[in-house]
Amino acid sequence: MTELTTYKTTTPAEVSKWIATLPADEFPENGGLNVKVEDLQIAIFNFTRRNEWFATQNLCPHKQQMILSRGMIGSDGDEPKVACPFHKKTFSLKTGENLNGDECPIATYPVKVEGGTVYVGIA
Amino acid sequence: MKRIIVVGNGMVSHKFCLKLRTIAGSDTYEVVIYGEETWPAYDRVHLSEYFTEQSVDKLLMAPSDWYQDQNITLKTGQLIISIDPQQRTVLTHEGKTDHYDYLVLATGSRPFVPKIDGVEKRGVFVYRTIEDLDQIISYAKNIKRGAVLGGGLLGLEAAKALLDLNLDAQVIEFAPRLMPRQLDEAGSNTLKSEIESLGIEILLNKNTSKVAGTDQMAGLEFADGSQLDTEMLVISCGIISRDELAESAGLEKGARGGFKVNEYLQTNDPNIYAVGEAAAFNDMIYGLVAPGYDMAEIAANHITDQASKTFTGADMSTKLKLIGVEVGSFGDALGDTPGSIPISFEDKNSGIYKRINISSDKKHLLGGILVGDTSDYGMLLQITQNSMAIPPNPEDLILGTRGGQANGNTILDLPDTAQICSCENVSKGDLVDAIKSQNITDLKELRNCTGAGTGCGACSPMVGDIFSAQLKEMGQTVRKTLCPHFDYTRQELYSLIKVKGIKTYNELLDQYGEGDGCETCKPAVASLLASIWNDKILKQETIQDTNDRFLANIQKGGSYSVVPRVPGGEITPEKLIAIGTVAKKYDLYTKITGGQRIDMFGARLNDLPKIWRELIDAGFESGHAYGKSLRTVKSCVGSTWCRYGLHDSVSYAIEIEDRYKGIRSPHKLKGGVSGCRRECAEAQAKDFGLIATELGYNLYVCGNGGANPQHAKLLAGDIDEKTAIKYLDRFLMFYIQTAEPLNRTAVWLNKLDGGIDYLREVVVEDSLGIGEDLEKDMQALIAAYHCEWKEAINDEKMMKRFSHFANSDDYDPTQQFSSMREMKKPAGWESISK
Repeated sequence: MTELTTYKTTTPAEVSKWIATLPADEFPENGGLNVKVEDLQIAIFNFTRRNEWFATQNLCPHKQQMILSRGMIGSDGDEPKVACPFHKKTFSLKTGENLNGDECPIATYPVKVEGGTVYVGIA
Repeated sequence: MKRIIVVGNGMVSHKFCLKLRTIAGSDTYEVVIYGEETWPAYDRVHLSEYFTEQSVDKLLMAPSDWYQDQNITLKTGQLIISIDPQQRTVLTHEGKTDHYDYLVLATGSRPFVPKIDGVEKRGVFVYRTIEDLDQIISYAKNIKRGAVLGGGLLGLEAAKALLDLNLDAQVIEFAPRLMPRQLDEAGSNTLKSEIESLGIEILLNKNTSKVAGTDQMAGLEFADGSQLDTEMLVISCGIISRDELAESAGLEKGARGGFKVNEYLQTNDPNIYAVGEAAAFNDMIYGLVAPGYDMAEIAANHITDQASKTFTGADMSTKLKLIGVEVGSFGDALGDTPGSIPISFEDKNSGIYKRINISSDKKHLLGGILVGDTSDYGMLLQITQNSMAIPPNPEDLILGTRGGQANGNTILDLPDTAQICSCENVSKGDLVDAIKSQNITDLKELRNCTGAGTGCGACSPMVGDIFSAQLKEMGQTVRKTLCPHFDYTRQELYSLIKVKGIKTYNELLDQYGEGDGCETCKPAVASLLASIWNDKILKQETIQDTNDRFLANIQKGGSYSVVPRVPGGEITPEKLIAIGTVAKKYDLYTKITGGQRIDMFGARLNDLPKIWRELIDAGFESGHAYGKSLRTVKSCVGSTWCRYGLHDSVSYAIEIEDRYKGIRSPHKLKGGVSGCRRECAEAQAKDFGLIATELGYNLYVCGNGGANPQHAKLLAGDIDEKTAIKYLDRFLMFYIQTAEPLNRTAVWLNKLDGGIDYLREVVVEDSLGIGEDLEKDMQALIAAYHCEWKEAINDEKMMKRFSHFANSDDYDPTQQFSSMREMKKPAGWESISK
């Protein structure tokens, strides 16, 4: 399995297609869901407090677990972050950087909400 | 480039190399170590841990690649047999010579073996090296009884080791008391009775005259004509410096052996240094590690021409935990100073003895002894070493002030020169400077940058106190606030939520917090909301840890485990079959838990609701194994079946478990009920435990297994069931309201001012007058109980959550299982990525 190398950060400019996932109101407030996007598992977070949406790989690089969508989100200073439920490694939702250790960064993806549906952009 | 040869590879040798490499790199000094043993330097202070761990790696001072990284050549299994100081060469037992510019003798010591008739017999051992330990372990396999000769520090450690090897152990001491150099008679008596309660027999005043037996020992005979039936003897009667190399090199020795050294640790040959137990300074041999480390640093500085302090002797004060009993001895412990006045306190009930010796003018502390409680050790040692003024009632130093204002002698009164960490030689001034100049606000950072507390760790509490006191002095408050998002303690938030009627995390964050929260404050507030309102935990889904969010314990690989409640451990055959059927159907690994119930592992997220529906149909309810809440109330079989049982412990345990189930607390809660004092339910290892007596029950609280085991303490004795429940209501509610997040009851009690006596005043005597309120609050929680799983499976919207993908019913394709002993197991952490 090469899960770690499957996920690559996609910038808005690199998006080749927008994939419709679920209606926005199905996402819990200030929480995330894991969605199947082709062969990828992508965690989409509805950060209601900040009125922002974020998407990252669902895989936590620390112990290679498909789990980040089940993590708690919050902020470190002004940086929005998600904490892995397994060992509380935290990652920036903006840049994917590991904020409390030396784990490799997680991939992030662009998200948009149009007509009440949440879309994630992949290259 | 200069070449340094170090002879010996123990702890002090290692420290020397470490210090040398910190001062000068491998381009200036070449370092070669000759070690007689086959292992690289290991931690001899913690040698007895080898009996339980049996791992050399865990004891190593540095991993073997450290030597390579530091460009140090380590030659193990090589004994140096002579020195030629003219040629500056050493000769190995294999006949090889090696040249040095500087020679450092760190040859340590060997055990002193008294001349006793028959001491050469098989079954007699010394206690010094890993090789000795291996021999002891292997010999112990075929015998039942073993004795230790010598009741000093190391002897008692050795006795504990024999106990760990399941031997019936005795300690034989020539002197009339244990640790004769450190303790007086009363201190020795306290230590003796504590150790004897562990099952080690102590024989004092015994002059061993003969080791009986033919070629294999078969007992001991003493000068007073008595005998001891034992099969093994471990000798621990002190040390002798390994100074055999002195003759060939023409080095002078101390009066009691050891290489004679000056204040720079040089022998009479200026190119040859001696450190540690091999060195004799003013005819004194220092058999402790801290003075050895000091010597290593001074020698390293001197060789490299660094300005340094000189060695002026060392304090033999010591604090350690001996077989689980804390012992401290400092300064003039035995009061040998003419005119000194002893003040002592003895508590046979708790096994505590404290003694201090003050000067004849009653102005200074000379030294003292602490047995059973060494929490004052750091402060008392500092007062002694720095000749600080002592309070007008010197007994306050060991008894604490009784009413009125606290006396002086706080941490801030220490002079800057006071040495706090003796392993790394860090003074109070060093710590304060680091905090001020580098704006340190984190204790860990302070440890890293100064090294304080990174050695033996004995000074850690004091480093923490200095840190807090200094921050406070600099105007920074050191309150245990929850996290950067809430400037309140957990107890303050508890009151705010309750008084202001706050029902959600967001409300609290809006009104009393800042930012967007984090993984620390969210679950803490979730727990508070649940403790105060006992509302559905599932409503607060995104502020819960994953376990509470999915009502199951997450395991490796992202599957969950399922634990239905089995109150008191009592289960019908029908329910056992139901568990078996469910486990088989969903391919779950099953295991009996420590709390007398059955854990089913490997449930996929999508299957959790189906599994629970079947369990609930079979009459089960949630076991709350996933929550910071009551787990189980363990019970023995009780008077119904047991011929010893006094009361029906099972019925009582079930009643208690049903009473407190589902209540959220700062940490998990475990209970136990034993039907008699044989204590089969291990109630004294629980957060609360009841043990049946002839007259009722004894109620114990704040016990703990886990990482730091602690016995529960007696809260009330011989009370009836109704009273016990009243006290339990009050106790649990008081804990829930006042503990810091994730502090179990034992930790909470340890931090509670006044300890168990204060707790008893609040709970039993109702000194704060809150007894009724606590009972009322508890009653409200009990009344609001609901089975979380029953509610979850009947809520369509909630059920949607139990799916790995929000937009597909597929299972997680990356989740992998393999098999082990006819059941399944998750893929290991590593193998998942390969």
